[in-house]
Amino acid sequence: MEVLLAIMIGVLYAAGIYMILRRSLVKLILGIIILGNGANLLIFLLGRVVKGSPPIIPADSDVFQSIYADPVPQALILTAIVISFGLQSFAIILVKRAYKVVKTDDLDEMNAIDKDS
Amino acid sequence: MLFAILLGFAFSLFLVFAGKFFKGNFSILAAGIPLALFVYFSQFIGRISNGEVITEFHSWIPSFGVNLGFTLDGLSLLFSLMITGIGFLVFVYTSAYMKNHKYLDRFYGYLSMFMAAMLGLVLSDNLISLFVFWELTSISSFFLIGFNNTSRKSRKSAIISLAVTGIGGLSLLVGSLFLGSITGTYSITEMLSMNPEIFSNPYYILIVLLIFGAAFTKSAQFPFHFWLPGAMKAPTPVSTYLHSATMVKAGIYLLMRLTPVLGDHEFWNTTLIIVGAITMVYSAIHTLFRTDLKGILAYSTIAALGILVFLIGQGTKEALTAAAVFIIVHALYKATLFLVTGIIDHQAGTRDTTVLRGLRKVLFPVAIAGFLAALSSAGIPPTIGFIGKELTYESTFHLENMAVLFMALIIITKILLLYAGFVAGIKPFAGALPDRFVKTRMPSPLLWVPPVLLAVAGIVFGIFPGLIEGSLVKPLVSSMRLNGEEIHLKIFHGFNIILLLSVITIAAGTILYFIIKPTKKLEIWIGKFEKFSPQTLITNGWTFFYKFSNIWTNIFQNGYLRNYVSTIMVFTIVLIGYTFFTTATYSVDFNTFSPITVYEAVTSIVMLIAIGYTVFTRSRLAAVAAMGIIGYAICILFVIYSAPDLAMTQFSIDTLTVILFVLVLYKLPKYLKLSDYKMRIKDGVLSLAFGTIITLLILEVLAEPKNSAVSDYYAENAYILAHGKNVVNVILVDFRGADTMIEISVLAIAAIGVFALLKLRLKKSDQR
Repeated sequence: MEVLLAIMIGVLYAAGIYMILRRSLVKLILGIIILGNGANLLIFLLGRVVKGSPPIIPADSDVFQSIYADPVPQALILTAIVISFGLQSFAIILVKRAYKVVKTDDLDEMNAIDKDS
Repeated sequence: MLFAILLGFAFSLFLVFAGKFFKGNFSILAAGIPLALFVYFSQFIGRISNGEVITEFHSWIPSFGVNLGFTLDGLSLLFSLMITGIGFLVFVYTSAYMKNHKYLDRFYGYLSMFMAAMLGLVLSDNLISLFVFWELTSISSFFLIGFNNTSRKSRKSAIISLAVTGIGGLSLLVGSLFLGSITGTYSITEMLSMNPEIFSNPYYILIVLLIFGAAFTKSAQFPFHFWLPGAMKAPTPVSTYLHSATMVKAGIYLLMRLTPVLGDHEFWNTTLIIVGAITMVYSAIHTLFRTDLKGILAYSTIAALGILVFLIGQGTKEALTAAAVFIIVHALYKATLFLVTGIIDHQAGTRDTTVLRGLRKVLFPVAIAGFLAALSSAGIPPTIGFIGKELTYESTFHLENMAVLFMALIIITKILLLYAGFVAGIKPFAGALPDRFVKTRMPSPLLWVPPVLLAVAGIVFGIFPGLIEGSLVKPLVSSMRLNGEEIHLKIFHGFNIILLLSVITIAAGTILYFIIKPTKKLEIWIGKFEKFSPQTLITNGWTFFYKFSNIWTNIFQNGYLRNYVSTIMVFTIVLIGYTFFTTATYSVDFNTFSPITVYEAVTSIVMLIAIGYTVFTRSRLAAVAAMGIIGYAICILFVIYSAPDLAMTQFSIDTLTVILFVLVLYKLPKYLKLSDYKMRIKDGVLSLAFGTIITLLILEVLAEPKNSAVSDYYAENAYILAHGKNVVNVILVDFRGADTMIEISVLAIAAIGVFALLKLRLKKSDQR
């Protein structure tokens, strides 16, 4: 299964970068979101994946008795998801504002406007 | 001595606050500073001539061996007296020359800053502090050349001179570091005894070249000479002080100071002789083609500096004595000529030799000063210039190799310098007075007394050479580790070949003066060779460098996000790809991986379709929805792989993002395909390549054993230390609680940003 996950991460990265390379601002944001998802999965996979044993200590014990999923990558990813939400929401609103002001979402044209002013 | 050096800096700092006071009639008071310093240094003459060396030591950065060590010996004493003595006269002269100038206070500030830096330079015993003062003189010179900062030419000259001397300064620093690492000290005094180690070091040649780089740029030796004529854009007091009497001699000083450390080596001597000879002949010839008085003086200064380098290169006691005398000679007559030129410019309004005539009738004392200085420059007895010339001829005459050739070169130089001296010192005053100068008025004594004093000193020292022999020349030669006792300066050496050569020089020079008249034609003619001059070559290199960096910047800083991203991606792919294919083990063991179940297969297929849809759809709504599906698919993967907390977070955040997108969707731009087919193929290939690299890397990393020390610690202590059974939660809110708090702050800031953007109302004028 790890091979499948590795391929999926590769696809997510490829899709994310392809979207970032577009000229449309909306696509840029979607690209960043997809790339972020890929990065999260990457961290998750590199911490090794285990099925059916979440990092929760059984109720009748003080320590783990058997194999468990690595909690550190999970904590990292949880933080990453929340932070990327901050970034995404800000970016979405920023694009909306920018579009209202400059009336274009073509990154190349925005560049030109910047030069003129 | 530290106090003496700091006085100049303190005064320039003081002028920042009290500048107004020194702008008006009180400006002459500024001359008190150099006068006081001159008196201070004069009191050491007695002790120094008895062979004493006065030292002073202050720790600065002892851990690096960088200290403020000062040595006052014969060499530094001569320079200190020149700096403060001529400085005093220049300060006095300036008060009248630039009277009521808007920025007179600033001018004095730069001048005294320069004076302090120059004193520090000649007194420093530590190479690093010498370098610091060296750079300070370059910087103050920059400000003084560009003083007339509304003129484009002034600014350009200032930048060129700063660039040339600044590069030389860096070369000095590197040379000093080399010397310091070989000898283990930066003190020049301590280096004196380490001569053998330095000579036998394989880097000896490189060190000498670096020191030459510094000395030749500062002292305007060929091919770095071109900044000096440009520096004549500065007001005349500056040309007198910095670019003739003191600063340009810093290179000479450095060579003399390091002669006992680095000198007496074939490479040292030969290089100096050749460079000095080229410089003196080249620039002496150039004086023939100038019509601007200051231009003539600039080139004759370069020639004089060339003679000094030439003499230092000979390295014998005779030659160094000649150099010592010639430094005094040159400082006296060249400063006079510059000051005289300044007066002519100030009173008659032109520096053009082709029109200046007969001014003795209106500027008599100035004419006397010019005449005496011209005599000294020509080396006509009984001036001190004659003694200097005799010594120069004598030492060159005794050269071991090619004495005849160098003798011829030095005679040619001297003939041309005699011509230059006459044109600058005598020609403007000779002949009948043209009508346009009839109304020329005598200037204030503050202007004409300084040059007269200097010119008279040249005669007095010539008649009574004993005045400088024991006090200045002998100690100077002794300070270069040579026995100065046998030196005896006299005006008449008896009838010998040297005297004959002197007579020939004077006769030939005088004839030249009467035959050649400076004309514009000659100046224009020589201008045709400008194409091949070092200045043009360097300026072209400069322009090329500008163009090159422009192109460079335009390639990498082009303002297009996708180009930046592509560049980073290509670089990463090539770098990681190369390392990967050369070092990877390819030992992926598929047996260690868990089998694929139907849940995972279905989730992956859904995700793939969603990704494809997001990338290729033309509808915004569909793309956003597909993006949401990707998130949900990842959410399911988290569920399968025992990460319930992640699944919950991903689910809620993904939902929120989609909702936010949809809320503003219709205010967002249309979802157009802006790029063409080719571009999309190119980007596609790039993205797929990067994705492949990532996948291969993951497989490679998975084959490596995993270090889980940190995870084990958290897992074992989650309940024992933090009393929570959900380890992920415990990490977030307890072990790394502070991080989480900061994360919440980041979210709060983002929320404020979003709120502000939503509420922002642009004024009409700000809208497009």
